[in-house]
Amino acid sequence: MLLNREHTSSTILKDAGKLDQVPAHVQFRGVSKTYDGQIKVVKDFDLNIHTGEFVTLLGPSGSGKTTILMMLAGFQAPSSGEILLEGRPIHDLPARKRGIGMVFQNYALFPHMTVGANLSFPLEVRGMNSLERKERVLRALKLVRLDGLSDRKPGQLSGGQQQRVAIARALVFEPSLVLMDEPLGALDRSLREEMQYEIRRIHRSLDVTIVYVTHDQQEAMVMSDRIAVLRDGMIDQIEVPEGLYEAPTSAFVARFIGESNQLHGHVSAMFEQDNVCEVDTGGEMIRALKVSPCHVGDQVTLSIRPERVKMNPESGRYTNEISATVEDLTFLGDQLRIRLATCGRDDFLATIPNVVGHGGLVEGDAVRIGWTVVDCRVLNYEQP
Amino acid sequence: MAGPLRLPGNPDVRVRLRALSLVAPLVIFVGVTFVAPLGTMLMRSVYDPVVADALPKTLALLSDWDANELPSEAIFATLAEEIKHASSERTIGRVAGRINRVQGGFRGLVTRTERELRTTGQGTWREIMISVDSLWADAATWHAIKVTGERYTARHYWNALDMQILSDGSIARQPEERRIYLRLFLRTLMVSGLITLLCLLLGYPVAHFIADSPPRQGNLLLILVLIPFWTSLLVRTTSWIVLLQNQGVLNDLFVALGLIGEDGRLSMIYNMTGTIIAMTHVLLPFMVLPLYSVMRGIPATHMNAAASLGATPLQAFLRVYWPQSLPGVGAGALLVFILAIGYYITPALVGGSDGQLISNMIAYHMQTSLNWGLAAALGGVLLVGVLILYMVYERLIGIDRIGLR
Ligand SMILES: Nc1ncnc2c1ncn2[C@@H]1O[C@H](COP(=O)(O)OP(=O)(O)O)[C@@H](O)[C@H]1O
Ligand SMILES: [Mg+2]
Repeated sequence: MLLNREHTSSTILKDAGKLDQVPAHVQFRGVSKTYDGQIKVVKDFDLNIHTGEFVTLLGPSGSGKTTILMMLAGFQAPSSGEILLEGRPIHDLPARKRGIGMVFQNYALFPHMTVGANLSFPLEVRGMNSLERKERVLRALKLVRLDGLSDRKPGQLSGGQQQRVAIARALVFEPSLVLMDEPLGALDRSLREEMQYEIRRIHRSLDVTIVYVTHDQQEAMVMSDRIAVLRDGMIDQIEVPEGLYEAPTSAFVARFIGESNQLHGHVSAMFEQDNVCEVDTGGEMIRALKVSPCHVGDQVTLSIRPERVKMNPESGRYTNEISATVEDLTFLGDQLRIRLATCGRDDFLATIPNVVGHGGLVEGDAVRIGWTVVDCRVLNYEQP
Repeated sequence: MAGPLRLPGNPDVRVRLRALSLVAPLVIFVGVTFVAPLGTMLMRSVYDPVVADALPKTLALLSDWDANELPSEAIFATLAEEIKHASSERTIGRVAGRINRVQGGFRGLVTRTERELRTTGQGTWREIMISVDSLWADAATWHAIKVTGERYTARHYWNALDMQILSDGSIARQPEERRIYLRLFLRTLMVSGLITLLCLLLGYPVAHFIADSPPRQGNLLLILVLIPFWTSLLVRTTSWIVLLQNQGVLNDLFVALGLIGEDGRLSMIYNMTGTIIAMTHVLLPFMVLPLYSVMRGIPATHMNAAASLGATPLQAFLRVYWPQSLPGVGAGALLVFILAIGYYITPALVGGSDGQLISNMIAYHMQTSLNWGLAAALGGVLLVGVLILYMVYERLIGIDRIGLR
């Protein structure tokens, strides 16, 4: 079991390694940014983005995502470090010469121009003749499935249609790199999901590199080749979506991607060539997989996904088995969500597939819960 | 069966009636303070009963008069009678004054004739009056009486347009030396246009800067723009005198810097330059405010978007920013232009003799020459001009696009 897991995460790492052989399309090298001369909103930012890749910058509001995008687009200058586009530094290249398509959060469509004129604009300023312009505009509209709306003004379109126009406009001059800053933030949920697939379809059908910004982890998971999780202007972890979920390297990422129970305690012992730690969480001893260097006595945070917690397992089946009390049961359609009191707290979550009659559980039940070593990761201690 | 008086049952109508009743006070206020005086003033430009009331019988006889001959004895006699009557009523001065505007020298003529009529002389009225002054033998004199005797008349308007009604009833341009109003209208239009342009050139960057600043700084800057509103117009205008006059701050500065010699001091005030400088300053806020309110509605990301699409800053401005700011440009320009056309106090104070505009002429006719009919007609022409402009604007940009969001 343990070996199997190890194997999965190493293939992921190997895949990422393969990508490294392709020349990077975009490179951030030690980029920092401060607006006020004191607080760095982006700190020593390093990132390689490969040609044709869909990379998402994921992080809470204020984590510096927009700032990074603005520096790449050329609307903000890095305070230090450099950005390379296809190997060439671009710090003295103005935005208009970078040839990067950009989709803004509020679309930034020009309201006084028709859809056709909006799309035609980047071609006109490039001095393209009107015949070719017309053809390209038609092609772009077709790509986003808006054929026939060329003569409308943006104000006459629905939010989703405006979004498509914005994407078409960012693509119509055939840039090899397209940036999108929370492009779906203004749409309602079902439209957002539709557009997620639409953008993915477009990404696959064209050979463009996309740098996508969102604070919605689900959106990031659906769309991205790789996700860079940002916190306070730094990359906390960059991984393929599965890797991020299965192998978070920090308590922050574990919390931010999906759900996770986090317990705090001290390392009391180490096993298996120091790959497994035993952690004292205030009475209960829990064995967990070591992720980053730690020693006996260190304060650490443990992370366990709710769906990996088993209810009332056969005794001896799981390395970690502790007792708990059922505090609350929530029926979520396909699954049952159980809030438990254990290890001195009452917000420990477990989810089990939906079973008739709540699997015989009722509030106040005393239960045993268990999980394997590999499903529980020892992470650097973080203030909850 | 008659029920109690009720408002119409339709709730829509009732709501609308209630809304109307709330608007009523303002409607009445505007009616009393604005529409009524404007109406009477415009009425004055076409209605003038003074001569018609004083000389009714003469005018009745003159209506059949063949302008090529001397009027008959009967007409002379009737006029003499009515002059005496008006003299005893003490209205003769006003009557003579009215006619005098059409026929110079008439006032003196009446005074002399009136004096003579008191001592009854020998012969027919015709002989007596012609012996007082041969002007009575001039058909133009009688024509003047006839023309001013019309109760409803367009002559003030013809006058305002530098035209006159000849004795045969045809319309002709005034003689060269009497053509003043058209030139003044033209000058007013051109100066107002220039001031509007200057306000736009100066105000556009300011408004853009304010709209682009963070809200706090923006508000502060906006207050700076508005401060002039808090000081009296008179103070502002006179402070320009301090700055611009021959021995004023600017001239002193230029001399001190050696830009001009002591004897080469620029005359920047009491002429058109002064009028233009001071009025541009006074009217600038009326340009900045509508511009600002429109520009604030233009998202800042639009310029970034244009740049990301490959546009140079100039292309981005011309194709993206400027078209979106047009409603503000239109509103500001219309406001400034209309205000400038009717501006009075600033040109009066700093305009000297060649910096006067049409409104100063209107004021002159209101206060000095007391030719209210002409003043009203000049005002009427101005009003028509403004309405035409408004319609042109409506056609080109659409008045509903004046965005004061
Ligand atoms: N133009 C700016 N001037 C000053 N501070 C800014 C500016 N833009 C962003 N910031 C600050 O930088 C930090 C990161 O902002 P941003 O890059 O917009 O984050 P995100 O897009 O992830 O929400 C925030 O604390 C924000 O207040
Ligand atoms: Mg952002």
